[in-house]
Amino acid sequence: MTTYRIDKHPILPISTREKVTFFWNGQALTANRGEMIASALFANGIRTFGHHPRDGSPQGIFCANGQCSQCLVIANGVPVKSCMTEVLPGMRVEPIDELPRLPEVTSIPAMHEIETIKVTVLILGGGPAGMSAAGELGRDGVDVLLIDDKDRLGGKLVLQTHRFFGSVEAVHAGTRGINIASLLSGEIEALPSVKIWTNSTALAVFSDKKIGVLRGGDEYVLIEPQVLLVATGAREKSLAFKGNTLPGVYGAGAFQTLVNRDRVRAAERLFIVGGGNVGLIAGYHALQAGIEVVGLVEALPECGGYKVHKDKLARLGVPIYTSHTVVSANGDDQVESVTIAQIDDKFQPVPGTEKSFACDTLLIAVGLDPVNEFTAKAREYGMNVFDAGDAEEIAEASTAIFSGRIKGRMIARDLGVTEEEIPNNWSRTAQILKSKPGRAGEENIPTWEEGVFPILHCVQEIPCNPCSAVCPKGLIKIDKSDIRVRPRFIDDPHQCLGCEQCVAICPGLAITLVDYRQNKEMPTVTIAYEFSPESLKVGGEITVTDSVGEVLGDVVVEDLRAIERNDHTVLVRVRAPKEYAKHVAGIRVQDPSISKPLPEVEERLEDDVIVCRCERVTAGEVRKLIRSGCRDMNEIKAVTRAGMGACGGKTCTPLIKRLFREEGVPLSEVEENVKRPLFVEVPLGVFAGAGSPGVDPTEQEEAGHE
Amino acid sequence: MNNYDVIIIGAGSVGVPTAMSMARSGLNVLVLDRFSSAGQGSNKAAIGGIRATHSDPAKIRLCLRTLEVVSAWDETYGQDIEWTEGGYTFVAYRKHEEETFKTLLKTQHKYGLDIDWYDKDDFLKIVPPVNPDGLIGGTFSPHDGHCSTLLFGHALHEQALHAGAKFRFNEQVIAIDVHEGHARGVKTDRAEYVAPIVVNAAGPWAREIGKLVGLDHPVNPDSHEGGITEPVAHFLGPMVVDVRPALGSANYYFYQLSTGQVVFCITPSPSIWGFDRRETSTFLPMVARRMVDLMPILSNIRVRRTWRGLYPMTPDGSPLVGRSQEIGGYIMAIGMCGQGFMLGVGLGELLTRLATGDLTSDDEETLHILSPYRQFHGEEALK
Repeated sequence: MTTYRIDKHPILPISTREKVTFFWNGQALTANRGEMIASALFANGIRTFGHHPRDGSPQGIFCANGQCSQCLVIANGVPVKSCMTEVLPGMRVEPIDELPRLPEVTSIPAMHEIETIKVTVLILGGGPAGMSAAGELGRDGVDVLLIDDKDRLGGKLVLQTHRFFGSVEAVHAGTRGINIASLLSGEIEALPSVKIWTNSTALAVFSDKKIGVLRGGDEYVLIEPQVLLVATGAREKSLAFKGNTLPGVYGAGAFQTLVNRDRVRAAERLFIVGGGNVGLIAGYHALQAGIEVVGLVEALPECGGYKVHKDKLARLGVPIYTSHTVVSANGDDQVESVTIAQIDDKFQPVPGTEKSFACDTLLIAVGLDPVNEFTAKAREYGMNVFDAGDAEEIAEASTAIFSGRIKGRMIARDLGVTEEEIPNNWSRTAQILKSKPGRAGEENIPTWEEGVFPILHCVQEIPCNPCSAVCPKGLIKIDKSDIRVRPRFIDDPHQCLGCEQCVAICPGLAITLVDYRQNKEMPTVTIAYEFSPESLKVGGEITVTDSVGEVLGDVVVEDLRAIERNDHTVLVRVRAPKEYAKHVAGIRVQDPSISKPLPEVEERLEDDVIVCRCERVTAGEVRKLIRSGCRDMNEIKAVTRAGMGACGGKTCTPLIKRLFREEGVPLSEVEENVKRPLFVEVPLGVFAGAGSPGVDPTEQEEAGHE
Repeated sequence: MNNYDVIIIGAGSVGVPTAMSMARSGLNVLVLDRFSSAGQGSNKAAIGGIRATHSDPAKIRLCLRTLEVVSAWDETYGQDIEWTEGGYTFVAYRKHEEETFKTLLKTQHKYGLDIDWYDKDDFLKIVPPVNPDGLIGGTFSPHDGHCSTLLFGHALHEQALHAGAKFRFNEQVIAIDVHEGHARGVKTDRAEYVAPIVVNAAGPWAREIGKLVGLDHPVNPDSHEGGITEPVAHFLGPMVVDVRPALGSANYYFYQLSTGQVVFCITPSPSIWGFDRRETSTFLPMVARRMVDLMPILSNIRVRRTWRGLYPMTPDGSPLVGRSQEIGGYIMAIGMCGQGFMLGVGLGELLTRLATGDLTSDDEETLHILSPYRQFHGEEALK
């Protein structure tokens, strides 16, 4: 059987974990020890995990984050979320095609009282915001408990292979996300007053000011904090279109989890919906993992993400269709193709503009919503609660790091453990870090044809300063009081050392170095490259593009090198004719034939737009109620079951609100549905203090060990 | 245009079926509710059990009628309300419960109810997953059952609208107009409505409404928490009720819906009085231990959601139904003590006959038992 593992990656180390055998539907398959069942299945090419009991529709990965229940499988007789359950040697995994059968239990398990633990500060979420806050509080000696539902700290940082934007001094800009995760977690692990529980999920905030926590995956405890800090991050927005629940349609975050965390080649041909940073970066990550990216659609006339991210993707050869939308995902049991169309100024598809592309995966990256249900409940119940990072306001991870620090300091002051003021410039920095990208200007290409100098293909105002910070001679200027202002190279081609450090550190890969000193007709150009260097060789020809991806010509590679501390970025030196040398900004890696549309447009049934994927409720059912006068989302829930499923309305609530707007009903007239615990499903036995059910791992160990 | 024959305050378990029945009899009915749609108070918090196996003839009669309507609903209207005739079981692990149930059986048989005692082995055939250790046996009433409160509530609302009843949501009643000792209409925070009959069907808020006419109804809400699990393959037929007291709780009960979820509820002891519907941290550990102890197979089923609902309690655990002796045209249909959902349909028809003057002799007996002017003593054995 073909395996879908990433066996080489330009940035990430390849897993050397021990192999174990498990069974899918009776068939023996190989997994990496310690990985989640969903990843092991994907690595074996299995992407459909079962069929919904209500209508038999196929199901697979959706959030890969333990939030929905789309990836449910039976593991050793017990229904589990395959994205959150570790595969064990000898484990028997079966698809769920009908309601799961409860396993027999012959005796009453031992049960104990549920413990209540008092802490000074409880932090929910060990991502950039939560870790930074814990660091700030821990340095003041405050007793902190930080919980995170994953097996290691870092949150979404551990999925980010690219270098971060932002400020070098404030938030480690220029360092890769994965490395920032290690830096921050290392800092807080060394703090004696900070306790960390991984694999621990917050389930509910109760009116008696306690937080229900599933500790270590099998023990229920109640935490009674003096202060609660919610740093739970964001969840991905969903989109309603035909075929939107087919296995293979899922979020960009889920994709990054499979690819960058678990090193699984989750797709072979990918199409992306959404041109924000998340979608653009996911496309970049896909290419790094050896996955073809067929194209990207963005509904607006311009991508919302950083222009440097968009350009980076375009230079590699990915077509970006702005003012386009997805019409349908097509296929029977999983995605086989996608149909897109151009949209008019009312965002309606223009008939006749449809195109279909063969692909096996469709990533939805249409924005994020704060995970704010814990904050809302805690406020309702009068707790002393703070929020930080995406849980407070959606922004870049660099912002989250900084907002975590600020909130940490605010809590310390609130507790009276420090008198230290929050420095004035902190809030200013926070404002700058979370600012949306500004207007894009023209490229500033110098007129010189002599000496050596960097070209800054950085045309948009974004908060970023590593180039300026790294230049040993201080030749790249950025306004220190506002790092959003575009960097500027001093007006002199003879002072630069040609050290190429600015080329290597730029998170947008938007700096090249042109050197006329040897040959004024054919200067060399140094380009940063984050793909495997084996794909290039000295003396070989490559296709280079300008900054927005237009092909300039084929040039010869003169040198490939990695400089000290450059952390996997390869510097490619090419020799290019002076006519376009200064315009060279990138290397095309993907052949244009990959992006060709199918000869025929694929169509899909009209009534296959699902808003509630847990309960399989269509947009049509909800529209009908809205048209009959229903203005209460509780009533929609009662009648259709939309929002009553495992995820608790996390996915469908924004989609239903959108349907109201589309039907011309202002949301001010609509009653929101009441949110109730639990936010994640947990076995009854756990609440009884009986621990998690399931299999005895030692027995399985013997049975299936390879 | 704002003139009606009847104004019903409360679009819940009692108000909606009453509106349906009254509108069908030709009355011009208006229902007012403070929430945004029907059933948003206690109706949606109910878990959906319907049984006739009570111990007084009033509730038996009303619930038998509800059962009759509910069991024929799908056939009559083509609407699936997930009615399942799964029966009710009461388990006995102690002599005390065995004796209580067996004593009650005599009354219940007197009213022709199909309910019997089953010793351990036979009982285990009816409820195989129940813990056999120490089990003495239990009662089983096969014709009781359950349906979706949400779907049935919605279906009743639709039928009420179909019959011509009018509903106004997001309106709070702030005054009842009484003239010369007779109700004349209702004033809300938005409008005024005129009607010679005003029905208080305000559930836990019944006392507030009563104060508007100067009466103090002995109805106090206490809260019970409930929960629902993920759906699993069918493994449990009847509702299971365990009335043994434990630390912090009295009885609890659960059943499996036709769609596979297990829904459960517990009665806190001592009662938690008031209108607080916010979730507590004590509920899940309390109910989980008892359920796993009674039925170990439940330890693996995953809890999906919990909520809290209000039981409008009366001093003796029975509803208060009837015309006011003080205020003409003011009718009470209050204090359902957590059984409004199963009483609602039968009660709605009774109230219609009360309004139109078509009471039968059975009705007279029912109203006598449920009279708001009765002497309160004791509590119903199986509330």
